[in-house]
Amino acid sequence: MTTTTTTPSIATSKGMRSRERRRRLIMGGIFLAAALFIWFVFVANITPGAQTTFLMAPGGSSNETADWVFSTGITLNVIAGILALLGVFQVVRGFGKITNSILAVVAILFIFGFLTWATSGGQTNLAGLLRVMVVRAVPLTLGALSGILCERSGVVNIGIEGMMLTAAFVSTVFASLSHNLWIGMLSGILAGGLMGLIHAVLSIKYKINQIISGTVINIFATGITSYLSSKFLQKTSYQFLNEPGMFPQVEIPLLSKIPFIGPILFHHNIYVYAMIILVLFLSFMLFKTRWGLRVRAVGEHPKAADTLGINVFKTRYMAVILGGMMAGFAGTYFTLGSSGRFDEVLTAGRGFIGLAAMIFGNYNPIGSMGAGLLFGFFDSLSVKASLLQVPLPSEFLGMVPYLATIIVLAGVVGKGHIPAADGEPYEKE
Amino acid sequence: MAPVLELRGITKRFPGVLANDHIDLTVEKGEIHALLGENGAGKTTLMNILYGLYHPDEGDILVNGIKANIKSPIDAIKAGVGMVHQHFMLVPVFTVTENVMLGEEFTKYGGVLDRSLAAKKVQEISDKYNLNIDPNAYIKDMPVGLQQRVEIIKLLFREANILIMDEPTAVLTPQEVTELFKIMQTLIDQGKSIIFITHKLGEVLECANKITVIRGGKVVGSTDPKTASMNDLANMMVGREVKLEVDKAPQKIGDTVLEVQDLKVLDPRGGIAIDSINFEVKAGEVLGIAGVQGNGQTELVRSLTGLLTPIDGTVTLNGQDITHSNPRQITELGTAHIPEDRQKDGLVLSLPISDNLVLNTYYLKPYSKGIWLDQKVIIETGENLVKSFDIRTPSVFTTASSLSGGNQQKIIVAREFSRPIKLLIASQPTRGLDVGSIEYIHKRLLEKRDEGCAVLLVSTELDEVMQLSDRIAVLYRGKIIAIVDGKTATKEQLGLLMAGITGETEKMSL
Repeated sequence: MTTTTTTPSIATSKGMRSRERRRRLIMGGIFLAAALFIWFVFVANITPGAQTTFLMAPGGSSNETADWVFSTGITLNVIAGILALLGVFQVVRGFGKITNSILAVVAILFIFGFLTWATSGGQTNLAGLLRVMVVRAVPLTLGALSGILCERSGVVNIGIEGMMLTAAFVSTVFASLSHNLWIGMLSGILAGGLMGLIHAVLSIKYKINQIISGTVINIFATGITSYLSSKFLQKTSYQFLNEPGMFPQVEIPLLSKIPFIGPILFHHNIYVYAMIILVLFLSFMLFKTRWGLRVRAVGEHPKAADTLGINVFKTRYMAVILGGMMAGFAGTYFTLGSSGRFDEVLTAGRGFIGLAAMIFGNYNPIGSMGAGLLFGFFDSLSVKASLLQVPLPSEFLGMVPYLATIIVLAGVVGKGHIPAADGEPYEKE
Repeated sequence: MAPVLELRGITKRFPGVLANDHIDLTVEKGEIHALLGENGAGKTTLMNILYGLYHPDEGDILVNGIKANIKSPIDAIKAGVGMVHQHFMLVPVFTVTENVMLGEEFTKYGGVLDRSLAAKKVQEISDKYNLNIDPNAYIKDMPVGLQQRVEIIKLLFREANILIMDEPTAVLTPQEVTELFKIMQTLIDQGKSIIFITHKLGEVLECANKITVIRGGKVVGSTDPKTASMNDLANMMVGREVKLEVDKAPQKIGDTVLEVQDLKVLDPRGGIAIDSINFEVKAGEVLGIAGVQGNGQTELVRSLTGLLTPIDGTVTLNGQDITHSNPRQITELGTAHIPEDRQKDGLVLSLPISDNLVLNTYYLKPYSKGIWLDQKVIIETGENLVKSFDIRTPSVFTTASSLSGGNQQKIIVAREFSRPIKLLIASQPTRGLDVGSIEYIHKRLLEKRDEGCAVLLVSTELDEVMQLSDRIAVLYRGKIIAIVDGKTATKEQLGLLMAGITGETEKMSL
């Protein structure tokens, strides 16, 4: 390590200021562009006097909530007006530290405007849309938590997809054989932990390039589960191996009766509740406890931690194995929480998108859940898009969150902090 | 009373080297004990043994008269020995308190951090020793001098009584050095002991109570700073008569060789590293660029040598615009470059010395014939240069990696000086070298100046800049805040400028 990395360059303050100014203007430009887009594309394309109807209870729900009917044109103009005001303020003064939060508000308003426009003259089940969003966010958020555990300790883990897939397979077989969903879940978690251990040994002990190690795990998991699945699970004579059953939906008393919110948040199977609890728990562990301080120290400056008597290797092993178990838990969602059976590569890239959610969420559990919900929303929307009166292929809607991720990675929203020692094997002197 | 620390007959062998040869050292309570020696003399090995990173082959460590078994840095801390590392062991994105308590966290409910209690303790330590540190500040927002104090707090928090400071002044401005010496005085007044490792003679005389000199892995003597002189210490350190002063011939100034106008350069992170600077270097003069590390020196040199393209401004070499020229074009116009990091940018370590000596001319005759290299000529040239530049090596086939720092630097000097040059850009030319090599490099630089070459010397060693330069430009946050005459400049004046403080009296535009 050279001194230049430990000595922050003090010559950059001016450059920082000019960069901040540029960022302020870009952000303001984005806000104004959103307002103009609503005026010139949405407002220009509605029939005068059209009404938008949102259904406020998901289909089949016992929760009775009145439909929400309002004038499309007025709403769109109000939204565009707010966006324009925010944009002007951002360009002239700037929101400073809360700019990113304002960006989130702008995004939500814009999406709401889009829905209002797309539903003009018809009706959309808003509650159903949001409910599906929450469900779709589960594997992404859990995948992101797995990534956070590993990368905060300084080990890159792109093998989450493979860990999920392995756990999905193992949980199916064990749950089918034991006729017990909990045993299935536990076996999946352990399988994920085992994959985590393999990744840890390869990347911590043998110091193999962590991207390669993760890729190997992905390829291995895809290969072996696909082979075993086509050889056994998909054959009629072995169907008893592929009937794990599913966790039932649990309605939370009282909370699920809240109009609109209730069915969206409090009428799910345990995975949704587990996601929320794990996000809060991991935030607490990382930022409020001794364990978290040490994990983060090891991911930022392992040598400093080592000189203070913290065992860098042990800490990393623990974090990566826990990350694997988290990925394993996420994997069991696909079979025990969503489809009720195993099919080849049923994770369909969700592990990678979880990594995108982790980065979008700035390696922070709560931020990652926000990103997971955003991705989940577009996922949910692209399913519904065919029902909406939108002259846009649903695949394009599905692309939006990933375009957003690329923009985040390019640094427009401001560079997040990547753990400084992420991906670097530690060598003891 | 037994001394607070006693080393008896410490011996450490590495393959082929006797790094420490029966070293005895006694540190009394409440003293600043300077350990003086050249690079490679064995100071760092000795301290790593004391700090538990290495295990001695022979010898004992006694703390307060009792034999201590130190096997790891943690054992050392338990025995009351702590180290302020040259490269700080701090997590930039953590607060002071988090960095200090890491590994010895204050917790409640079995594992939840008690930040406020720890912050209170940090505040107490800071107040007791006048360190002036905010426990809740983030390291990344603090200047280097304050970061160093956090390192000291880390040790005091663990109740260390013996503080090892490894070259603590290397990254500080002269004013910060003065502050540090005050802090060290406060520490020993409160009963702590300090082992101060350095190769800077002036600092030793300024602050130490006792001096032990190490050379070639052996203790060559101890002296009292009150009676010792700089020359005595230098002679002890090197083992022969050394001339600390450089003889400089009168200046014969020629035409302007290098002219820099409104130069603006970005750093790798996109911040402005060099901010609209102007200067010129004439034939036959040395222009020294002084400044604390990280004020744009690296980017300045890289942009002048074609390794980095400026975003604005012009660089002219003998009337020719080289702002957008590539390194080879600039080299061919007669520029020599001694890079800051000789191992990374100056040499190909895995290649033999002969190849390293023709790295920038290999494609020319007589070294190349068409697409083939003429190894015979390259080896002959190498052998001649090894002789004339006194490079100590078994043969020209030895790889550059196996030579000492001083000899590696000689390869670069031999390569750059053996062709006709008009401009010499030397960046940190003596960093990490022993006194003998420094003497050699300085002599060679001045030879070039006297031959009528324009020399741009970039160095963070203020003494070096002051000794060699005819004019001195001070770089601060990417700007040249003053250019002063090398003959009349004082250390205090330059020190203030390096800290960014400009008074009207100091400002002179030459």
